[in-house]
Amino acid sequence: MLNVRGLSKRYGDTEVVRGLDLHVQRGECFGLLGPNGAGKTTTLRLLLGLIEPDAGSIELAGIPVPARAREARMRVGVVPQMDNLDPDFSVRENLIAYGRYFGMGRAAIAARVPELLDFAGLASKADAQIAQLSGGMKRRLTLARALVHDPEILFLDEPTTGLDPQARHLIWQGLRRLINAGKTIVLTTHFMDEAERLADRLAILDHGRMVVEGAPRALIESHIEPAVVEVYGEGLADWTRDVAGGVCRRSEIVGETLFCYTDDAQRVTDALKQAPALRYLHRPSNLEDVFLKLTGRDLRD
Amino acid sequence: MRSNLRLPRLSWRFVPVWQRNYLVWKKLAIPSILGNLADPMLYMLGLGFGLGSLLPDVDGMSYLTFLAAGTVAYSTMNAATFEVLYSSFSRMHVQRTWDAILNAPMTLDDVLFGELAWAVSKSLLSGLAILTVIWGLGLYGNFWLTLAIIPVVLLIGFCFGGMGLVMNAVSPSYDFFLYYFTLAITPMVLLCGVFFPVSQLPPVLQAVSAWLPLTHAIDLARPLVVGRLPDAIGLHVFALLAYGTAGYVVALALTRKRLLR
Repeated sequence: MLNVRGLSKRYGDTEVVRGLDLHVQRGECFGLLGPNGAGKTTTLRLLLGLIEPDAGSIELAGIPVPARAREARMRVGVVPQMDNLDPDFSVRENLIAYGRYFGMGRAAIAARVPELLDFAGLASKADAQIAQLSGGMKRRLTLARALVHDPEILFLDEPTTGLDPQARHLIWQGLRRLINAGKTIVLTTHFMDEAERLADRLAILDHGRMVVEGAPRALIESHIEPAVVEVYGEGLADWTRDVAGGVCRRSEIVGETLFCYTDDAQRVTDALKQAPALRYLHRPSNLEDVFLKLTGRDLRD
Repeated sequence: MRSNLRLPRLSWRFVPVWQRNYLVWKKLAIPSILGNLADPMLYMLGLGFGLGSLLPDVDGMSYLTFLAAGTVAYSTMNAATFEVLYSSFSRMHVQRTWDAILNAPMTLDDVLFGELAWAVSKSLLSGLAILTVIWGLGLYGNFWLTLAIIPVVLLIGFCFGGMGLVMNAVSPSYDFFLYYFTLAITPMVLLCGVFFPVSQLPPVLQAVSAWLPLTHAIDLARPLVVGRLPDAIGLHVFALLAYGTAGYVVALALTRKRLLR
């Protein structure tokens, strides 16, 4: 469905995307992860043919981009990072106006609107103005808008950023339905739980380069020990120096917390019982641990 | 970048962009018409009757007729200019409507042309309103010739719409547009023969005036109001088309640079 080879883009001296290869199968949900500035959004804009690559080739739904980007965009629905619903239109009018940009006729759009309103859970808000919608409703409408022309593939750029947990679950539910209906999805996110939940496969980008690619569970299993014990509290420095090396496979200090990665959490927690001043949290390792291991813990702005 | 300088490729896909603006306008049509048209009308009628009663004939016509012909050009210029400055800027920069449109199979060529076509439509509306007053007050020489003002109005809208889009492309904020008004629009209103004949200006300013697009607009509109064919029609039409086309092409390159990165 999507084939990208050797994709590169530079702005001045900065290489934003460096030799990226991506292959997404029909019906797959593919996650693009990476810290801010990793090149996720630039990659999506390249895939849509909105900007021209300096090197590499893109084939989207079998159509070469950017050469025939207009045709390719007929097959894609886009949910952008920032809401850009038309504030001068009602909910229903937003869907109608957007359908026209795809060259759809009045009747074809009218037939589609009830289904989309239903999908977005906005049937009762059809005539509401955009300013009256909550953040979650706006996102759901943006998602429905991206589906107006029944695209085969969907690009979602951080679809749940800024939403509360209930609203995120509703978006996920919608995306699940789309995946079950056979749509292909490319999703950028920096929420690891979102990627773990939705993506069949994902790639972690950093500084415009792909660091790793694979199924979420497989990445966790191959890159990280199965359990993590986070240790913090009074006396951490002594414990780190005297005990941690013996019981942790690998450990890392971030701020005032020691991340102790291990195959045998029992041994770590037993050791911690000897140090009652320390507090700890034992949990299975997750994608975030992989992400932080591979991209580092320094703050990106 | 070279791709930003690519010449425009026009397609009929600009129509939904025009239509979007039309549908939004339709919701607020009455206040919008009043707001846009009351101002030039009041100037024209107030100055035309008030000042006109003190003046002898100007260029062989009553001052009210003289001013009415100038106002057709002036108000259509303003209608197109305001549309592509403030309204297009809201859609491009504040509401990000263009970003949404560009994710559909639309190009910036289509979007800007749709905006330009919409600015021309606003000009037409404004021009027709002034024409209605000209007809109502019988300020014309030959009714049939006044109909030729309609295509002139479209040309004026195209010219100033295209030019204004350049400002839209480079503007960081609404405040920036004040420069364009102070440095381009207001001087044109004063130098191009809206309120008094260009021949009253010193030769240097007359020479400047000859190059300004509003002068060409008025040189077309005023004879048609009075009831004769303009001189050098080809030159004036060419000048308006050239300013508008150059504006659109430059604006497209600059807007690509701004948005497609």
